[in-house]
Amino acid sequence: MAWTRDEMAERAARELPAGSIVTLGIGLPTRIAERVPRDAGIWLHTENGLLGVGPYARAPGELDSQVINAGKEPVTIVKGGSIFDSALSFAMIRGGHVDVAVLGAMQVAESGDLANWAIPGERVMGIGGAMDLAAGARRVIALTTHRTRRGEPKLVTRCTYPLTARACVARVITDLGVLDVTDRGFSLVELARGVSLEAIVAATGASLDVGDAPSLDPGRDDA
Amino acid sequence: MSLARASSSPPGRHLAKVRASVEEALEGLRDGARVMVGGFGLSGNAEALIEGVLERGVRELTLITNNAGTPGRGIFRWFEAGIVRRFVGCYVGPNALVARAIEARTIEVELVPQGTFAERIRAAGAGIAGFYTRTGVGTAIASGKETRVFRGETYLLEEALFADMALVRARRADRFGNLRFHRTARNFSPLMCMAAATSVVEVDELVPEGDIDPDDVHLPGAFVHRLLEVREHEDPLERLAPEPDRG
Repeated sequence: MAWTRDEMAERAARELPAGSIVTLGIGLPTRIAERVPRDAGIWLHTENGLLGVGPYARAPGELDSQVINAGKEPVTIVKGGSIFDSALSFAMIRGGHVDVAVLGAMQVAESGDLANWAIPGERVMGIGGAMDLAAGARRVIALTTHRTRRGEPKLVTRCTYPLTARACVARVITDLGVLDVTDRGFSLVELARGVSLEAIVAATGASLDVGDAPSLDPGRDDA
Repeated sequence: MSLARASSSPPGRHLAKVRASVEEALEGLRDGARVMVGGFGLSGNAEALIEGVLERGVRELTLITNNAGTPGRGIFRWFEAGIVRRFVGCYVGPNALVARAIEARTIEVELVPQGTFAERIRAAGAGIAGFYTRTGVGTAIASGKETRVFRGETYLLEEALFADMALVRARRADRFGNLRFHRTARNFSPLMCMAAATSVVEVDELVPEGDIDPDDVHLPGAFVHRLLEVREHEDPLERLAPEPDRG
């Protein structure tokens, strides 16, 4: 047992503080938008030039091919939203005005290094805004499955894939739980439903400090 | 690129910007030109101008645009036609034709972080030769670039990105070239108009001067050289929203 993709998005949505400006990366992080309550006081920013991203546009009357998110999906704009060019959008990111960025990951190292744009030997899709977000957002959360489809750990001692940015990730949310990146490496914050300590330790390709995990079920897996 | 100062007063560049046809709008575009194209995927494309470049038959272009396109449509057709020699942008995407061309080295690619891409273009239009940014420090992007420490943090030197011509789309323009864009179609377009020696704007609607309130101008006419009114556009939706979450 572990969290589904929807549950991962839901868990990530709970990380976003009221009164913050949040940028969501493409892929799974984009699904967080649907999990943020409308009255949560969270302003969603999309790198292609919109602050105040609303729910997806699905009804024919809502669709406008010139109102899209960074994944090129049609969205709506909330009241109070604003539009700007790409230089201003990235000034928001690079100037430290975005409070939280939630990004996908291919690898996260125990130092907080992030790799999420290229796998050696495979076709490069591109960089997009990931390097800017990783370098510029005040807090970077990685949202990713704990392992690759082939079962290899994504949380590692050192990234072997090309880096997006060094020492940028503060917290990792996976299908198996929530981990912080600390001075001592990965530290367990929370286990996903039905996941044992042994399972998350075995799935992590770096040492995992479980000593002060506050949300562990004490009846289950005291290590 | 240097700024030549005029010794006498040549005719101003801001007369008679409105062009009657795509051919006139693209006049002077030559083989080997560096061309910026606005838009984010298929959103906010200068559809007629993009098509017009194909018909013009120019080749060996350096294409400067955010992403390499969606198969069969828009800018992707430049790749299909083999007229792109070099692509400078942020995202190739799941674009097998371009990926194969990269592997076969028939196309050169310069991948740029999107914020650096936007700022390099803006810098070119603002007379700024280069700038330092934290984006890309410690990554493959930093290879061969100067770094410098400011206030204890390492920054990377990035240089301005110029073009011979920019092809962008706007919702409305007056005859001086004051522009208004629509929603997220603004993206890189105003910056590209600033950076290009000749900026060509495909507008949905041309209005008389004065119809756009000065406070409502997104890009002043100083950065706009040619205008082409095109009332009909395909404006396809590149993607639909994903299925709603279950439960």
